[in-house]
Amino acid sequence: MSLLEVSDLSVTFSTPDGLLEAVRGLSFSLEAGKTLGIVGESGSGKSVATQTIMGLTQNVRITGTALFEGVDLLTLSRSELRKVRGSQIAMIFQDPLSSLHPFYRVGWQIVEMIREHEDVSKDAARARAIDLLRSVGISQPDVRIDNYPYQFSGGMRQRAMIAMAMALNPKILIADEPTTALDVTVQAQVLEVMERMQQEFGTAIILITHDLGVVADIADDVLVMYAGRAVETADRRTTFYEQHHPYTKGLLESLPAIDTDERLKPITGSPPSLLRLPAGCSFRPRCPYVMDRCAEEPPLRPIDDAGLHRSACWLPTDVTGTGEAAERRRREASEAGSGTGVGSGIDALRRREA
Amino acid sequence: MARFLVRRISLGVVVLWIITILVFVMFFVAPNDVAHRIAGRNATPATVAVVRHTLGLDKPVTTQYWHFLIRLLHGNLGQSYFTQQSVSSLLSSRLPATLSIMAGAAVIWMLLGVTNGVISAIRPRSLADRGLTSFALFFYSLPTFVLGLAMLNIFFYQLHTHGIPNLPGSGYVPLTQDPYQWFVHMILPWITLALLLAATYTRLTRNSMLDVLSEDYIRTARSKGLGEGRVVMRHGLRSALTPIVTQFGIDLGTLVGNLVVTEKVFGISGVGALAVDSITNGDLPVIIGVVIVASAAVVVMNIIVDIAYAVLDPRVRLN
Repeated sequence: MSLLEVSDLSVTFSTPDGLLEAVRGLSFSLEAGKTLGIVGESGSGKSVATQTIMGLTQNVRITGTALFEGVDLLTLSRSELRKVRGSQIAMIFQDPLSSLHPFYRVGWQIVEMIREHEDVSKDAARARAIDLLRSVGISQPDVRIDNYPYQFSGGMRQRAMIAMAMALNPKILIADEPTTALDVTVQAQVLEVMERMQQEFGTAIILITHDLGVVADIADDVLVMYAGRAVETADRRTTFYEQHHPYTKGLLESLPAIDTDERLKPITGSPPSLLRLPAGCSFRPRCPYVMDRCAEEPPLRPIDDAGLHRSACWLPTDVTGTGEAAERRRREASEAGSGTGVGSGIDALRRREA
Repeated sequence: MARFLVRRISLGVVVLWIITILVFVMFFVAPNDVAHRIAGRNATPATVAVVRHTLGLDKPVTTQYWHFLIRLLHGNLGQSYFTQQSVSSLLSSRLPATLSIMAGAAVIWMLLGVTNGVISAIRPRSLADRGLTSFALFFYSLPTFVLGLAMLNIFFYQLHTHGIPNLPGSGYVPLTQDPYQWFVHMILPWITLALLLAATYTRLTRNSMLDVLSEDYIRTARSKGLGEGRVVMRHGLRSALTPIVTQFGIDLGTLVGNLVVTEKVFGISGVGALAVDSITNGDLPVIIGVVIVASAAVVVMNIIVDIAYAVLDPRVRLN
């Protein structure tokens, strides 16, 4: 059994403009000690999904299950969930400056976390906090523990957040865009700290990011989300070399590469409004391979024989990867399915409607 | 810290000095013949001249101001034109009543305002939020004298005429003389002032808390598994306090206007009542004494607010 098994999770916000389905039928599983990368653009539902599992979303309608060691987190009472938060499942966030309380010393905030869940003396908790700061690579931890967050650099703040998150040796660490607000060099250091903590404590990590480069560094498996749905799941290698969904392919092609002079190929258009999702496949208006069949929403279906690689796209299952041959076959498939196979899906849709 | 205090206090002294000049100028520019009034309706011009000379009012304004300043530097605020009492003893006999009203009212309006604000912020747009907001705005929009008289009518007059034990309607009993009587005499003035001022704090706390509760570090606090009470009070209210403390400093300093009316309505002879009487009589030394005390209160409150900032927010450094 997986450590965390999320099935058919849907999260709906009620807004003045109508119901907003931020997450639609999301399923994934996380094995102990492994890293799952959840990738997607802003508004794809990746943060909402994990915060919902932690019970941090308010005024939402939630369906589905999230089994953590066999217990459905979504049915726990507030106080039961509080015992899980922090001690069993810990979180770190995008902006470490705004995520730490500006008025309290860093050490105080770590000690608070420890003493909330364990009955230890202040001195013992403080000693542990110093050890934690040392283990995430903060020099002079016995001095730094009494600093305020504003006296730390960006990288040190995120290290302190990791130290706090790891304080109770959680089974899962949810890292929500942990490196987005940091310099590139600091990003690598922070990821390295996370990996080291994972090896030391055997923590499973859910890494939420829009940066496939970060995923390539440390994820074992990758879940790509678009408009609240999982559109492709696979292990890291498959995601990067044999991806099936045109959206995943688009994300990869919009990554800058150092060793070529090729221009970046951005995905045309912008993500749809979750209040007015297009019928059928939500990626249809932006997809270069749009076909008639895309008016019907494709299910997340197995692409390989083992069923570990799954994709929500109608393109033939044997068309994967970014190579030229694969590209030609995609075009052919698209044209055969009454798509145009040329230009962006927006043009194609517009032409058909005209 | 020491340097900060020296700088702020010297600045405060300069402000007070400028205020004394302004009061002097205003007093002599305004048509106001004190000597005439003291001498009486049927006094001969000669008598008036004698009175004027005795009070030193026949000297040029600049000379009078100079004498005032020299006296002030010796710690002497002068004497009332009318009662010949020294201004400092007048003030010190009136201050306890005024400070009693202020302190008690402040405690009540802060507790009431901040508590209601926090409750409103936890459940914005709920029935409790709307109810507390309406309650606050109702009293906020009442003039001081209307609320004061209404309180008197209900808790003194109506109770009294129906033979029900009632609160005293007027007067002041010193705390040192009889704590119980002091307390019961203060209840109505306290509640009147507190209800008038609590509204500001309800709104301020609500908005400040709503801002803070949407901060990332509140999400962090929740993700640590802390209880909701600790999240709201220890992590939320602590950050929301800064604007509240600012407003508190301003309100305590500028409370004079409300105090004047409150003291008049409840027949308490405090500094506010003294201010009104001295201005109607044109009793310059007393006016200046009251103005200096009131201005010093504003200056001191501002310094305290700045110190409170540094205590509340470690990012603020006083040097």
